[in-house]
Amino acid sequence: MSVLVNKNSKVIVQGFTGTEGTFHATQMIEYGTQVVGGVTPGKGGQTHLDRPIFNTVADAVKATGANVSIIFVPPAFAADAVLEAADAGIELVICITEGIPVQDMVKVKSFIKGTKTRLIGPNCPGVITAGECKVGIMPGFIFKQGNIGIVSKSGTLTYEAADQVAKAGLGITTAIGIGGDPIIGTTTKEAVELLMNDPETHGIVMIGEIGGGMEAEAARWIKENGTKPVVGFIAGQTAPPGRRMGHAGAIVGGADDTAAAKMKIMSECGIHVVASPADIGKTMAEALAGKK
Amino acid sequence: MNLHEYQAKELLKKYNVPVQEGIAVDTVMAAEEAYRQIKNETGNNFAVIKAQIHAGGRGKGKIEGSEQRGVAVAKSLENVTEIAKNILGGTLVTIQTGAAGKKVNKILVAQDVYYPGPNPVKEFYLSILLDRTSGKNVIMYSTEGGMDIEEVAHNTPEKIFKEFVQPGAPLQGFQARKIAFNLGLSGESFKNCVKFVTNLYNAYVGVDAAMLEINPLFKTSDDKIIAVDCKLSLDDNALIRHADLANLRDESEEDPTEVEAGHYNLNFVKLDGNVGCMVNGAGLAMATMDMIKLSGGEPANFLDVGGSANAQTVEAGFRIILKDPKVKAILINIFGGIVRCDRVAQGVIDAYKSIGEIKIPIIVRLQGTNAEEAKKLIDESGLTVQSAILLSEAAELVNKAVSA
Repeated sequence: MSVLVNKNSKVIVQGFTGTEGTFHATQMIEYGTQVVGGVTPGKGGQTHLDRPIFNTVADAVKATGANVSIIFVPPAFAADAVLEAADAGIELVICITEGIPVQDMVKVKSFIKGTKTRLIGPNCPGVITAGECKVGIMPGFIFKQGNIGIVSKSGTLTYEAADQVAKAGLGITTAIGIGGDPIIGTTTKEAVELLMNDPETHGIVMIGEIGGGMEAEAARWIKENGTKPVVGFIAGQTAPPGRRMGHAGAIVGGADDTAAAKMKIMSECGIHVVASPADIGKTMAEALAGKK
Repeated sequence: MNLHEYQAKELLKKYNVPVQEGIAVDTVMAAEEAYRQIKNETGNNFAVIKAQIHAGGRGKGKIEGSEQRGVAVAKSLENVTEIAKNILGGTLVTIQTGAAGKKVNKILVAQDVYYPGPNPVKEFYLSILLDRTSGKNVIMYSTEGGMDIEEVAHNTPEKIFKEFVQPGAPLQGFQARKIAFNLGLSGESFKNCVKFVTNLYNAYVGVDAAMLEINPLFKTSDDKIIAVDCKLSLDDNALIRHADLANLRDESEEDPTEVEAGHYNLNFVKLDGNVGCMVNGAGLAMATMDMIKLSGGEPANFLDVGGSANAQTVEAGFRIILKDPKVKAILINIFGGIVRCDRVAQGVIDAYKSIGEIKIPIIVRLQGTNAEEAKKLIDESGLTVQSAILLSEAAELVNKAVSA
């Protein structure tokens, strides 16, 4: 078991023939992901990386039975790409693109509500189920197979966590990079819930950032419904208020979305909160062993 | 990206949103001319002089070394001359600028909106922003205008109204009417308010605003509804489709090292501490800052070098961080995934050699793809660079560097 993606996932790449799309599609194929084709409008009928190219997502779905799409389309056109995938009935859309205008995402989020599509991202590293399927831009070798799930707003911090988990003698079921934008398809709580319901996952690492209320929402849900240890970290304890720290969503707006406020709520809800990112792996191992 | 009040008002006028009229100037002579023109048009001797800086609290703030406020009413031409002389070129210190203040390069000479008329004037508050929880734009408004809205929200939350707008749709008529009714308006001012908020919402969406705040939203004595002040910040991501708006950027309002970093495509935020850092990825960069603090230091900056940590970007990063004399050590923290650590290590070595001698400790932590090879490269380079692989090791090295 695992969540979101596995060895049976049939993946198409939107923005297949671009530099990013080509590079990461190649990496995904090498990892063993079933990449069944790609979409580049105007290049339908050709092939790329020995896979068929389609003009539209609908064509790709019809021909390949794809159920997952990964998007490498430039920011000005990425929202449209998400809508196209949702309209074609893709179940899981993973949008890597960083820099999508926020009003575009307001419309996308509203449109996909009520469809069967789940969106991960944008501005995220993607999703990986260790040893089975990588739909993203993460370095696959860091994610050793095991029983820990990761939910994270940040790319490199996810790799850091996965690496520490491995060094602590543990491994990963699925790591979900939910993205660092103000509006994202799948929230921290929703991603945690997926992992909480996965029997293979025995513990969850939850990595958040300053800005927004998603970590507090997830923490409250965990308090009511949690059945597994959760280790939490919030990046940006030293970030000044009102400044955007790299990610579009990483900005302290008020008293409730500081790192300190989030860490306090998370602790109160029973999450093992670490102050230093260096302690994630160690703390998870201790929590699983019942030492915490 | 933040805009000046005068720029924001120009944009609002394009969307038929009535504003307090004014002329932005950068010399005393031009201020006098602007005053004459406004006096001619309004027949009113009064005008308001407003310092144009990217910070609030201007009315209570003072020009450094004087009693001159950042917003002042002028009653005569002589008065205009005096105030303009006081403000232009001065440094305005407000509650939002910090002690250093901000230099005033422009003032807005604006009409006096408190002119006499048949009805009482009123001040309201209105802002439009993104509600991250619902994923919708929300109009927040209150009858308590001209005041610090956070205080109103804290002390009298029942006086703050919220109207959520359906994504992709304009503000609906019933919503605009609800806002005008809740503000207690009727007759002509009610009709004007409905038009105002409808057009204002169109402006918010049209310019891809991140935040639009009108405080005060003003009802004049002849029942017009106008924006007296306007704070507008734009969604940086949307500037790709607004080349005209991107030109409104005023780099003199920003930290000069941040502007320079931007020219190298580095994502840099200047902070006040003693340990510089260079990291790939925004989340890891913030986490590294936090770790510096836990190790007894204070982060001097946020710097995300992104996916391409090569010799050029590392060198630019070094040069920018080293401009700050307070920096006692620099921590480079790279998690190599797609980027190979040995390449980054070579970039660090090349950058170091290109700069010459760096007199403060450099700590390089490289983890991920080819981390061992990278450590070897650094250790054998002959440079005074300390290397680490684990984050906890890097933390210890930072601790040693700041306690030395």
